[in-house]
Amino acid sequence: MTTSIDTVDGSTDSPYALTHLDALESEAVHIFREVAGEFERPVVLFSGGKDSIVMLHLALKAFAPAAVPFSLLHVDTGHNFPEVIEYRDRVVAQHGLRLHVASVQDYIDRGVLRERPDGTRNPLQTLPLTEAIQQHRFDAVFGGGRRDEEKARAKERVFSLRDEFSQWDPRRQRPELWQLYNGRHAPGEHVRVFPLSNWTELDVWQYIQRERIELPEIYFAHQREVFARNGMWLTAGDWGGPKDGETVQKRLIRYRTVGDMSCTGAVDSDATTLDAVIAEIAASRLTERGATRADDKLSEAAMEDRKREGYF
Amino acid sequence: MTSSTEQQAEQLSATTLLRFATAGSVDDGKSTLVGRLLHDSKSVLADQLEAVEHASRSRGQEAPDLALLTDGLRAEREQGITIDVAYRYFATPRRRFILADTPGHVQYTRNMVTGASTAELTVILVDARNGVVEQTRRHAAIAALLRVPHVVLAVNKMDLVDYRESVFAAIAEEFTAYASELGVPEITAIPISALAGDNVVDPSATMDWYGGPTVLEHLETVPVSHDLATCHARFPVQYVIRPQTAEHPDYRGYAGQIAAGTFRVGESVTVLPSGRTSTIAGIDLLGEPVDVAWTPQSVTLLLEDDIDVSRGDLIVPSHDAPATSQDVEATVCHVADTPLTVGARVLLKHTTRTVKAIVKEIPSRLTLDDLSQHPAPGRLVANDIGRVRVRTAEPLALDSYADSRRTGSFLLIDPADGTTLAAGMAGESFATAEAAAVQDGEGDEGWDF
Repeated sequence: MTTSIDTVDGSTDSPYALTHLDALESEAVHIFREVAGEFERPVVLFSGGKDSIVMLHLALKAFAPAAVPFSLLHVDTGHNFPEVIEYRDRVVAQHGLRLHVASVQDYIDRGVLRERPDGTRNPLQTLPLTEAIQQHRFDAVFGGGRRDEEKARAKERVFSLRDEFSQWDPRRQRPELWQLYNGRHAPGEHVRVFPLSNWTELDVWQYIQRERIELPEIYFAHQREVFARNGMWLTAGDWGGPKDGETVQKRLIRYRTVGDMSCTGAVDSDATTLDAVIAEIAASRLTERGATRADDKLSEAAMEDRKREGYF
Repeated sequence: MTSSTEQQAEQLSATTLLRFATAGSVDDGKSTLVGRLLHDSKSVLADQLEAVEHASRSRGQEAPDLALLTDGLRAEREQGITIDVAYRYFATPRRRFILADTPGHVQYTRNMVTGASTAELTVILVDARNGVVEQTRRHAAIAALLRVPHVVLAVNKMDLVDYRESVFAAIAEEFTAYASELGVPEITAIPISALAGDNVVDPSATMDWYGGPTVLEHLETVPVSHDLATCHARFPVQYVIRPQTAEHPDYRGYAGQIAAGTFRVGESVTVLPSGRTSTIAGIDLLGEPVDVAWTPQSVTLLLEDDIDVSRGDLIVPSHDAPATSQDVEATVCHVADTPLTVGARVLLKHTTRTVKAIVKEIPSRLTLDDLSQHPAPGRLVANDIGRVRVRTAEPLALDSYADSRRTGSFLLIDPADGTTLAAGMAGESFATAEAAAVQDGEGDEGWDF
């Protein structure tokens, strides 16, 4: 059998060429295994959102038939979609995983953090996250961040060193060459690891479809009580919406991202299946964050600023 | 303009992935080219464009500045320059693309090396009015040094030279002669105007003398896989998988990503550096058994014999094992702000293996402009490219970088703080002997970084 695969006519349909999903999967698995091989106490940030669900799926494949050698960490804003928490707990039990929860509500109750006037708790996640990292002495923290999400993230390394304050300094990043990831760090420092760096939103969805990965129901079209704020549909809830002048109505919607209820918007949609969701995303003229994240609209450098402070 | 339905069908049909990098000087129009590729391939979405329009207006610019699509950091927007590699993503019906968008400033050459290290193709931009300049030769030399398989010379601003074929032909000829001498295997020259959109995504209406592909067409059709028959198969062991469960009491698998070539069940293999031999009993492709696997698949190898194998070992075909050595001779690009000096104690990371090492000698520093060698510079500073001799504490199975970008490359790391000091490529620098010839004492200003 011949293994020569270069074809003279420039065709790319070689039997040995990997599909883009296989190439991305292989790269992500390589990253998971590098961390398992080089770090003492890695943890996977798990929100129950599609990116972290894909990360967990990749980790399960990377170490099969053995168990995933990492625990999970959920930074719980206290403003969760119940479907997502139910999903989280079910997955954790199903795979025999260990889950750590860092609770924003606890910090507010203890008076360490103060509720913001706009009610959003996304920026409040940074402190519980960084304290949990220090407390558990995690040295590698997997995040589902993708470089296609945002301009500052386009600059992020796959292995991204954070100082003892969890800060990111984009001007002092290590050059990252070939597939040689440098995970060296001093005590107290840690490395954020992004196995999905090179994936796009569409890649994530196509992979979910190919691998038949189950998702929380809120990703699919359903009837829900929502109200309009800043051009987005927000779910009504005891987190503080709707306010005066905002009226609740029942609409057929779905979510493109999962986050804090106070700042994660829904989109009008009748996509009830994976095929329909993928068709909808491929045709969308809005990015995922542009469509559904209030906090990224705060300023031109909102993400960069939060990342510098230790946000994921 | 395609409708959204057509566009959705297009994006979903793309199957293969091409990683490429761009290189260009500050005013060659690189950001415009990247912006044009993203914009004309409809990879810029409404809210991103709106943000760019808003930012352009607030800076007093009349037209949306497409460069703002790619400058992501506060300092970059403030200074109007690109200071670091950024990665961009777009898709066409035929392919997905990962673009390493590397800055053009001379002092960020290490970033160009970073971008080129994973690229299958590099686009080098030239201003048609200026032709091949020093910076062009540096870009070509870096592409040759990093063994990027395909190079595209984009002769930009053709609109400013009246779209004359003679201008393009002269530049293409000069560049091709230079790059071929360096051993760049494939060069494609394309006349473009990134500003006007000629030959970037759509064919030019004004350059009917040009019969070749547009930049995007070329990106879509260039082969992404290599000839696996000529590759030495290499498997760096990343992690040992041992479930020790009732269901899998004896499972012992060696997980890793195939760095080069193919592996088959039944093949005789040798584990380096120990030299122990065995036979591949099985290959698991992420939970599914297969008979054959190839680069860059992440797999798990199962061996017939219960021999000692751990992270950092290299599994190779027994008939094609590389020599192991504690003496590494290589070209390095120094990427850190602190210099690399003779006698420095460092860590060397090669595939999954990290060993202690000493820099024994720095025989020369390369001047990329004219490819002359500055002998015994004593040290290398940021952005320098030089030859080094390194002695390692343990034997390594290093291939020549010319044979394998993956198993011929390594990092030098500062053991004190973990800083990545240098990117190394084992073996000869360039593909041809002439280019590597030492020209003592000539043009001895070194690298003016």
